[in-house]
Amino acid sequence: MTPELGQLALILALFLALAQSVLPLIGAWRGNRALMAVARPAATGQAVFVALAFAILVSAFLRFDFSVQYVADNSNLQLPWYYRIAAVWGAHEGSMLLWVLILNVWTVALTLFSRRLPDAFLARVLSVLGIISTGFLCFILFTSNPFARLLPMPPDGADLNPVLQDPGMTFHPPVLYMGYVGFSVAFAFSIAALLGGSMEQSWVRWARPWTNAAWGFLSCGIVAGSWWAYAELGWGGWWFWDPVENASFMPWLVGVALIHAQAVTEKRGSLRAWTILLSLFAFSLSLLGTFLVRSGILTSVHAFASDPRRGTFILCFLAVVVGGSLLLYALRAPKVAGGKAFALVSRESAILIGNLMFTVAAAMVMLGTLFPLLGDALNLGKISVGPPYFGLLFPLLMLPVVLLLPFGPYLRWGNSEAPVLKQVLARAGIGAIACAVIAAFLVQGQLKAIAGVASAVWVGVGVVLYILKRWRDMPSGRRYPAEMAGMLLAHFGVAIFLIGVLLSESLSVTRDVRLSPGQVATIGGYAFRFDGVTQATGPNWTAQQGVVTVTRNGSPVAVMHPQKRTYAREQVQTTSAIDPGITRDIYVALGEPMDPNHVEGAWALRLYTKPFVRWIWAGGLFMMLGGFVSAADRRFRVKREVEAAQTVTATLQESQA
Amino acid sequence: MNPTRQRRLTIILAMLAAVIVSAALVVYALQQNMNYLFTPSQVQAGEATSYKSFRLGGMVKAGSIQRSNDSLKVTFTVVDASGAMPVEYNGILPDLFRENQSVIATGHMDGARFIATEVLAKHDETYMPKELKDAMAKAHAGKRIDEAANQDKQQL
Repeated sequence: MTPELGQLALILALFLALAQSVLPLIGAWRGNRALMAVARPAATGQAVFVALAFAILVSAFLRFDFSVQYVADNSNLQLPWYYRIAAVWGAHEGSMLLWVLILNVWTVALTLFSRRLPDAFLARVLSVLGIISTGFLCFILFTSNPFARLLPMPPDGADLNPVLQDPGMTFHPPVLYMGYVGFSVAFAFSIAALLGGSMEQSWVRWARPWTNAAWGFLSCGIVAGSWWAYAELGWGGWWFWDPVENASFMPWLVGVALIHAQAVTEKRGSLRAWTILLSLFAFSLSLLGTFLVRSGILTSVHAFASDPRRGTFILCFLAVVVGGSLLLYALRAPKVAGGKAFALVSRESAILIGNLMFTVAAAMVMLGTLFPLLGDALNLGKISVGPPYFGLLFPLLMLPVVLLLPFGPYLRWGNSEAPVLKQVLARAGIGAIACAVIAAFLVQGQLKAIAGVASAVWVGVGVVLYILKRWRDMPSGRRYPAEMAGMLLAHFGVAIFLIGVLLSESLSVTRDVRLSPGQVATIGGYAFRFDGVTQATGPNWTAQQGVVTVTRNGSPVAVMHPQKRTYAREQVQTTSAIDPGITRDIYVALGEPMDPNHVEGAWALRLYTKPFVRWIWAGGLFMMLGGFVSAADRRFRVKREVEAAQTVTATLQESQA
Repeated sequence: MNPTRQRRLTIILAMLAAVIVSAALVVYALQQNMNYLFTPSQVQAGEATSYKSFRLGGMVKAGSIQRSNDSLKVTFTVVDASGAMPVEYNGILPDLFRENQSVIATGHMDGARFIATEVLAKHDETYMPKELKDAMAKAHAGKRIDEAANQDKQQL
């Protein structure tokens, strides 16, 4: 009975979403306050029903209700409770429900914190969010219903895909979706501004923390995904330029551009039309990301197979959202453009160059990702674009960004003078060259590693110099407002990331070896002794567990236990063993027995040493932190509280009068 | 020229330069990195001869997997409805690599053998990547492809 209630809740939510998208829009057009006032309660009600549906699905998983097809497909009696909850978003239907739920969370947060906005504008914003929600609810109800029954009820279910049974995977999708969906706020904002025909700086100030927070979530989601690929997929790589990864990376790149463009628009009023265009792109790419992952039209190492009808639906939805918003942009953008002029050497110019690089990079990634579709359409045959394409172009596009980065905070709005910049250039340059020379001796002339050290020091010294300058010049308490602290954190994250990427890419050693028990293989100065294979069991798997003792110059470093797990439904999953460290990771993955009938004999093993690989994710986390810290700036918030207080007083006065 | 126009001109010129440079680079990088997918029968028909590196897709023939006694070298045969191609690979095969399952191997031809540098098998046993299915369907228009492989079982 309860699953049908979930279905009913979704249908009710759909009706409320329709009300939320149509009525306030008409109200804003006609100036009808009653219709505009529908937006808030409709949004709240919709959120309640979607949350109810989600809770019903969670409880179906917890109660092993295998009469629900989705539950039977993705869980079984042996699956531990925490993975049963994660299984809710482990496949298509549930993750779409999660998407809508998160959209509703953002919408409700918006209605709570938006009292300062003009009524008509807020009505339009909520209505745009309602339209998006309507699209996704229709999608769920018509093509991918998570509550569909499976009768007769099977005694036990299938299994959650074993690659998803990992802590990294339990929170990767929700966090990633928080980021994707978060861009819908900036999107709704821009559409509302276009509809209303004006874009005030105060509205952009109000939109900024939302964008920063969304971008922070997206960064976190990508880091989690990358970490999961590294630890769980057993290939030891952290980024594969795979369509599914690119899908999340494109909105991130545009998000970087958007955050900076919004700062320009808010502080100077310039680049308004560009900011609007970027927010349209950021959200469109988020939708495209969903489409790519869910449609199964691209061959991906992640291989999410799916039903092509769904692809068609999302494709149409995408066409409506992207096409509609771009059409609106073409018609209305000239009305909202404007702002102050700026000189060639100014913060605006630097941000604009960075913006160009990031959008071109996103376009480049999109071309490489969608090229197989293009080739198919043009009848060029079955093509895929290899990772070297991205590996060549992406660093080239990011080079100007890294070179400009230390100057960013020193540049003034409007017009900047040269002496200060020359000073930064000299100091950061000397630091970078000195460190590069020292590094050259340590890494035996690996060019990539030297470049990594030099670029990281270049960026890092630039950031640290600015921190010191603020410390000297400003009175305490005013030195690092949250907005600036966030910027400095994120930029410092870039330096850490550069070290991680370039050092681990150039200095990693990988070897596939064949080892009999007792045999030793030496790579990167570490000796790996294979001590045979034992049996291990977990809640819903049994495993052959290798024992590998790692020593360096005779002294023990670690005993590692890579596993080859067999799950309840005969799915095999490699679980690698990692000995983490700040300056290096040691990584062992168990391949297969050379003779399947003699598991006590020789095995194939994959051994890695990966210097500084952890710095990649540390850098990403710094960037994430930067996004969140910036979003918490009081400058964005105080006025809202003041405004809220005023509203309260106003209502009090009204009630007294 | 007034400052506004000068600024606009600078921006337009910078954008134009960026577009030209990136377009040239993209074309170059694409040319270097396009990988075509062929099935064994297409390769035997000589369709892949002009490509140094390409991807070979098909099913692993039952009983064809052979391991070397003293190294990680493994050989197997990839088949489609009317062709077969011996493949040699040196390394660890993916978890889902099994007989009668679809694989996509990246590599090059060495005489009559295909030397693979990367082998991908799919997460879901009954699922065949759409592009491989299409390629096999195209190579044998009218012939039947394994029914199980044709059904896109939907699972994440």
